[in-house]
Amino acid sequence: MAIASRIPLLGGTADLMLVVLAAWSMQERVESAWHWAFFGGLLVGWASALPWVIPVAGYLLTVGMARMLVRRIWQAPLLAMFAIVFIGTLLFHLLSILGLRLLGNPLVVMDALSVITLPGLFLNLFLALPAFPIMRDLAVWVYDIEDDL
Amino acid sequence: MKTGFSRSLQTTIIFFVVGGILVLALGGYFSTVSDSFGRSLVSVQTWVSTRYVVIRNFLSAPGDVVSLQQRNAELESEISGLQTQVIQLQQQLTDTQVLAALVDFSQSSPESVYKAAAVIGRDPSPFLHYIIINSGSNDGLRRGMPVVTNQGLIGRVDAVTAEAARVQLATDTASAVNIRLQNADTDAVLVGSVTGDLALEMISQDVDIQEGDVVLTSGLGGDYPPDLLVGQIFNIRKRDYELFQQASVQSTVDFSRLEIVLVIMNFKPIDITPLIPENTP
Repeated sequence: MAIASRIPLLGGTADLMLVVLAAWSMQERVESAWHWAFFGGLLVGWASALPWVIPVAGYLLTVGMARMLVRRIWQAPLLAMFAIVFIGTLLFHLLSILGLRLLGNPLVVMDALSVITLPGLFLNLFLALPAFPIMRDLAVWVYDIEDDL
Repeated sequence: MKTGFSRSLQTTIIFFVVGGILVLALGGYFSTVSDSFGRSLVSVQTWVSTRYVVIRNFLSAPGDVVSLQQRNAELESEISGLQTQVIQLQQQLTDTQVLAALVDFSQSSPESVYKAAAVIGRDPSPFLHYIIINSGSNDGLRRGMPVVTNQGLIGRVDAVTAEAARVQLATDTASAVNIRLQNADTDAVLVGSVTGDLALEMISQDVDIQEGDVVLTSGLGGDYPPDLLVGQIFNIRKRDYELFQQASVQSTVDFSRLEIVLVIMNFKPIDITPLIPENTP
């Protein structure tokens, strides 16, 4: 995560935690996604000056959305993955902007969206492509299920 | 008796013949013959020797291959070790150069007490510009302490744990530093942005500022000590219908390459919030 955050595109960086959580929670047998989202959020909240509630809520929302979508778009998992990463990134960034504004940070919303959110979205979607098969293989290995995909 | 005489004669003849041949040879009369003989002998010796070496190499080759492979592996291992050593030494050299610059800087302003700390992380949120350093309250760090390098102002300590501290960079959107322009002798406020650029605000319209003017901390507000180098003005925006003019500042510090920073330990920030009058309706 530290390495991914050191490769910026304009002001935006990839959120590897979000992408991995989205890919992991899309695996049907996986039941521990909620725990990972909570601990991941706490970890990011601990290292960041953001209030810890924001990353925890952002990751939990992403996982919740993934669990909901995976049942509805199960025939096109890659499409679902892109949709989840896209909406999850937007949600997380909007939560961050809202939280910072409420705390008195004079963040210019349009600048933040154009300089950070849009490039961040691109990087996350780019990472989503390899993240999904890697997490699928990991789930197959961890849960010892037949790889019939 | 006759047999004994003929043997003595035979021996004498052989002696004279051999002696004659030797005398002739020493006299150089046989040089052509001896050269031809020597060349033939050398050719034969060379041929025999070459074949011998080839056969010896062929017979002893497997043992040599194994020993050569072992030696090769040893040398490769040694090269890897030396390459690692070179990289470590280069890193140490870089660190030493940075530390030497910081020592020079601290010696140039002996009124301040500095604590050097290494940058060990950055804020994972792209909306915030913070770094994490490897010194904390155990080293005497407190919230609000200014952080600098030999190149200029970095920011100030925002949060402290026992072994680490989080530093808010001057480029953060929530950062506001009171500064003065060295040449124009006027005060302004330096603010950060989401892109990491620095801008000057609250510069009065009647102040004449120029590109290249040096920006220093003013010490107003009690957050930072005065006269810390911040950067230079490189772009001015002045519009007649605005109350203040604005300027972009090129920082003297490359915030993306921070490795070691100095915390000013003997500066105590002053909270003047209670002294600021509240807005009355």
